[in-house]
Amino acid sequence: MLAYLIRRLVQTALILVGVSFVTFLLLYVLPADPVRQIAGRSATAQTVENIRHQLGLDQPFIVQYANYFSGLVQGDFGRSYLQKTEVGALIASRLPATLLLMLGAIFCELLIGLTLGSIAAIKRGKWIDQLLMVFSFAAVSAPQFVVGLLALYIFAVKLGWFPIGGYGTFAHLVLPSLTLGIMGSGWYSRMMRSSMVDVLRADFIRTARAKGLTRWRVLGRHALPNAILPIIAMIGIDIGLFMSGIVVVESVFGWPGIGQLAWQAIQRVDIPIIMGVTMVSATAIVLGNLLADLITPFIDPRIKLR
Amino acid sequence: MTELSIKTTTVSRADPTVWAQLFRRKLAMFGLGFIVLITLGAIFAPLIAPFAPDEQLFEGLTLQGAPMAPGGQFLFGTDLLGRDLFARVLYGARTSLIIGVVANGLALMIGTLIGVTAGYFRGWIGAVLMRFTDLMMAFPVLLLAICLAAIFQPSLWIVAMVIAFVNWVQTARVVYTETSALAEREFIAAEKTLGAGTLRILFRHILPHLVPMIIVWGTLGISTTVLLEATLSYLGVGVQPPTPSWGNIIFENQTYFQAAPWLVFIPGAMILLLALSFNLLGDALRDILDPTQRGMR
Repeated sequence: MLAYLIRRLVQTALILVGVSFVTFLLLYVLPADPVRQIAGRSATAQTVENIRHQLGLDQPFIVQYANYFSGLVQGDFGRSYLQKTEVGALIASRLPATLLLMLGAIFCELLIGLTLGSIAAIKRGKWIDQLLMVFSFAAVSAPQFVVGLLALYIFAVKLGWFPIGGYGTFAHLVLPSLTLGIMGSGWYSRMMRSSMVDVLRADFIRTARAKGLTRWRVLGRHALPNAILPIIAMIGIDIGLFMSGIVVVESVFGWPGIGQLAWQAIQRVDIPIIMGVTMVSATAIVLGNLLADLITPFIDPRIKLR
Repeated sequence: MTELSIKTTTVSRADPTVWAQLFRRKLAMFGLGFIVLITLGAIFAPLIAPFAPDEQLFEGLTLQGAPMAPGGQFLFGTDLLGRDLFARVLYGARTSLIIGVVANGLALMIGTLIGVTAGYFRGWIGAVLMRFTDLMMAFPVLLLAICLAAIFQPSLWIVAMVIAFVNWVQTARVVYTETSALAEREFIAAEKTLGAGTLRILFRHILPHLVPMIIVWGTLGISTTVLLEATLSYLGVGVQPPTPSWGNIIFENQTYFQAAPWLVFIPGAMILLLALSFNLLGDALRDILDPTQRGMR
């Protein structure tokens, strides 16, 4: 176990180094000049050169990357080109909003996905099962910005139950969480259905029925907990899905998280922020995957980590 | 001898063609039907569309300058510039399908190439390729795509290439697993003993086994591609106006969506239905072509 953990951590660290290198390289070779953005259109060639020198952008690629990397391992993400603030501080100030949104989304997708999946499994083969599976496909196929705009239109504009956008209270959280979670709820309802179908076929369920337990007790005490367990491990993998979704969802709802930060930085070619958000997201994704792998053997002791 | 031939016929009877099996699945047929409909609409757009997609019609705006609601002269209404939305949606289907096919075809090619090479040769080549694949898995896909698309001047082909570049990973992983399992099998070893060249083994013996899987992933992948294109265009870094795309129609009109919701929800519904159709079709194909992946029924 310990050897496995160490090996995985080393792998994770190597992947992150790789991600930092590839992103840095991509941003270096792409035809966008951050100095022009900073200096403005009317700047003289001399000013442009001065800024380039100040930022160290006139140095060879390897030197630039080495500088960036040595900062990164000390937790220093560099300074934003345009806002002149520490990227680390910028991300830290935006991160709580994003984490809150993700928690809300996890709650929504589990609530919707597990409920619908269980119902479909219990009613297997009936029309309601088919209907729910069509829903799960539609949830996976729905573009998040359309879901977001639709939710805004129905629940904020027409019904007026929730604010149209912004951040601060619980009411602000509901629609963005729902939007971010709807895609996952499609995946979860399908996984929950197949997991529940497997469990309902198991011998211990027949035993529970045979000893005369009520239908609800069999489902609630014996089937559900066993069906949910393998699905809990998937939450870690969701983080990749969320990290893509936040850019869109935060932009639709004006949610002040790192997705918006990244989006604004991309429009202004503010490379240190883009790098920083990419690194934070990638770290979250690999740690999420690692967590999912680590939890699995606790849930199902038949699975051994190798 | 006779017994053998009887056996083969019974097997083929019990295993009807893919088309026949597909035909029995209502959801898959709905998907296929919608895909055919959209494809025909895209191909014959100039014949079907009552107006040119970028023509600002004088009668397309009310006297107050607001867009027209669906119905009457304009089936889907008009947009903020008085252009016919039905025509724009039809032409937008071209964008979605072209990107769906090109980007996804490219992604499949990259993924298959990397997966087969890594799975067949293994050793250091395989290790390097698969570590690179792991690395790509750690990227926040959309962030990477937005970044690339924004920094290049986005055009149809750039967007297709960006999507291909971020979307080959899944295919590579599946193909890798399958190929490395195939490479261990006796018939490959037999081929090697008979002196078959590497290319012959790859193209005549490995690739044909991968075809069903590539068809399945290809179909499911178009759905992802369509969604990604729509998202990039919605953010304004995808296909650029005036070329219509379902995503950029929403991008252009969303400020006005409270008053003219059809401008957002008609193209939105098209994106959803097209992605859904490819998902339904792909899922049915997976059940039919790849019995080991069955698990949902």
